[in-house]
Amino acid sequence: MSFTWAKPYEPKTGVGKWFDERLPVPRLVWNSLGGGYEVPKNINYFWNFGVLAGVALVIQIATGIVLAMHYAAHTDVAFASVEHIMRDVNWGWLLRYMHANGASFFFIVVYIHIARGLWYGSYKAPRELVWMLGLVIFLLMMATAFMGYVLPWGQMSFWGATVITNLFSAIPVVGDTIVTFLLGGFAVDNATLNRFFSLHFLLPFVIAGVTILKIWSLHIPGSNNPTGVEVKGPADTIPFHPYFTAKDTFGLGVFLIILAIFIFFMPNALGHPDNYIEANALSTPAHIVPEWYFWPFYAILRAFTVDFILPAKLWGVIAMFASILLMFFLPWLDRSPVKSMKYRPTMKLWTLVLLVDVLVLAWCGGAPAEEPYVRISQIASIYYFAHFLIILPIVSKSETPLPLPNSIAEAVLKGKESTGAPAGIKDTGTAAAPQPAE
Amino acid sequence: MVRIVGILAGAVFVFVLVLAALAPREDVPVDPTEEFHAHAHAPEGGWSWDGPLGLGVFGGYDNQQLQRGFKVFREVCSACHSLRYVSFRNLEGIGFSEAEVKVIAEEWPLEVAATNPDTGEATTEPAIPADRFPLVYPNEIAARAANNNAAPPDLSLMAKARADGANYIYSLMSGYQPVPADFPEDRVQESLHYNPYFHSLWIAMPPQLSDGLVTYDDGTEATTEQMAADVAAFLHWTAEPKMVERKTAGIGVLIFLLLFTSLSYVAYKRVWADVKASKVGGPGTRGGRADKGIHADAPGEGDHEA
Repeated sequence: MSFTWAKPYEPKTGVGKWFDERLPVPRLVWNSLGGGYEVPKNINYFWNFGVLAGVALVIQIATGIVLAMHYAAHTDVAFASVEHIMRDVNWGWLLRYMHANGASFFFIVVYIHIARGLWYGSYKAPRELVWMLGLVIFLLMMATAFMGYVLPWGQMSFWGATVITNLFSAIPVVGDTIVTFLLGGFAVDNATLNRFFSLHFLLPFVIAGVTILKIWSLHIPGSNNPTGVEVKGPADTIPFHPYFTAKDTFGLGVFLIILAIFIFFMPNALGHPDNYIEANALSTPAHIVPEWYFWPFYAILRAFTVDFILPAKLWGVIAMFASILLMFFLPWLDRSPVKSMKYRPTMKLWTLVLLVDVLVLAWCGGAPAEEPYVRISQIASIYYFAHFLIILPIVSKSETPLPLPNSIAEAVLKGKESTGAPAGIKDTGTAAAPQPAE
Repeated sequence: MVRIVGILAGAVFVFVLVLAALAPREDVPVDPTEEFHAHAHAPEGGWSWDGPLGLGVFGGYDNQQLQRGFKVFREVCSACHSLRYVSFRNLEGIGFSEAEVKVIAEEWPLEVAATNPDTGEATTEPAIPADRFPLVYPNEIAARAANNNAAPPDLSLMAKARADGANYIYSLMSGYQPVPADFPEDRVQESLHYNPYFHSLWIAMPPQLSDGLVTYDDGTEATTEQMAADVAAFLHWTAEPKMVERKTAGIGVLIFLLLFTSLSYVAYKRVWADVKASKVGGPGTRGGRADKGIHADAPGEGDHEA
């Protein structure tokens, strides 16, 4: 799973050789994140975020397993058991704050990772499956985070769960049956809490499994890079270890510093005060908002306020799911053979607008459903769908890209000025000269 | 094909959203009481946990203040409000001795539920330090019945359950005032009390604090502001009793991480020195490939030593 010039694994001791012949795990490690995995040498700090997402997943699983030892998934005691963790369990407050803030940081990292993929065209051939598996992970993360937020059984847990599960009632004919099936009853209650706890425990391991598939599929073509030009020869790459283990360790340090500032000095900054009030089915909070990482999608959901053939609520639900599902088709919606926005002067501007647009959606999603937020979120939603479904397919066909460098090595040598051939002729993604060895 | 379907789907979404964006808005009635709302603010001099520059990194709790706040809670708040997640033994965290806590628990006006060891019948007995603060009302219905249908909330987490918690409690407790002269007549709620810091301006709880209500053991003058600040600080502690532990650990963690990150930066720069240098070497050079011992600690190679 690497380029032909990658340094093969050579056991240096008798024991190593004996072991390698029977169970080649050291060889696997060497070939996937050791000296045997060749990586484009020009990748920038944005390429740190894949590793950081992996670390964030490990933090969530490790803290989550210990929290589950002390948590009790029953509506009578769930809220109190969280306070028990905060007050009586040794270092329980640390575990819980790590887990709660770790979830937010997992999303921050993943959002930057996705933006990186959009900017440098990492979703294009030959990495379509890497991108799609990433989206599967993202969807699993959203489901996991949503169910995890229900577990402390605070007011936002309860009402967030009520609002989100009720979305499915918009589905014609079978909607109400589906909601009852999801909740295990007619309202969010003990059955709901129990199944959410069970699934919240299960899904992270599914995420870990899909992550393995994703890394596997990534390591067939190898990493993309800021030029978007595929690796052509040994001059383009350097081994993962020690170069990227060193760089990723530094990036990890920066990530942990920012995470630690939140955990230790502002642990509730990303949460909602209402979730420190125990769930009460008889008292509805003034504004029900999901966690911040769902705000862009919540804004799209609420942007549909007019019945047109279908009821507005159903439009909102369809659009919210479509806003993520459409990204599965990105490799085919974008027809440009050029990957990196660096060489796509028109699409670059549209993509910048998209990034701002998503921030605007997030801002509206966290605000109450009042003017002017509703109208702003409608305009921002228009752009969101127009960008992916209309602008991208058309502009990617019509724009004239800048000339691409002939190779990564050349781009590194000459900086941004390059004298390569026009785009689309030399580099068409799959046609990268040296094929990876098996 | 994907693009045609995509463009069509995009056109449909955009069309429906344009309809929604162009739809006329109903006029939202202007709330005539909007201008009367006040923002929660800190007491003069701020909080002990603000620390230098108000960054909140260093400041801890002032046990003197927390004990004064506890006295206000015991003599005023605890008549109606519970503290269900706090145990008497936790009071050792604000400077009471083990013996003092024992007395506080024993003399608490409410007893805790117990079982008569001889008959097995339900009974009550004086609290011990291991007990939680006893509930004032057995359930919410009783709490409502006794308080004009407004149940007094549990205060354990109040400082985290409201935005800007401690400031809010301080401002609310010291913020009762006469109804302003220009307040719209039809918005006055006779059975409630005017308080500009409460979300609806009208709160069921009557004003509780008045100058000199409590006699502080440390001689501090018990003004309304003082008592409000002290009880807010106490409730900040009940909501976040591990704050000092958290900040102390945080400073240690940050020192470690800064050191770790600095070292890893230096290591990163050193490992990469030959790659950066090879930029002048022209295409085809393999970036030096650093065989100066760096590979010796590659994970794959190290593993078979074990």
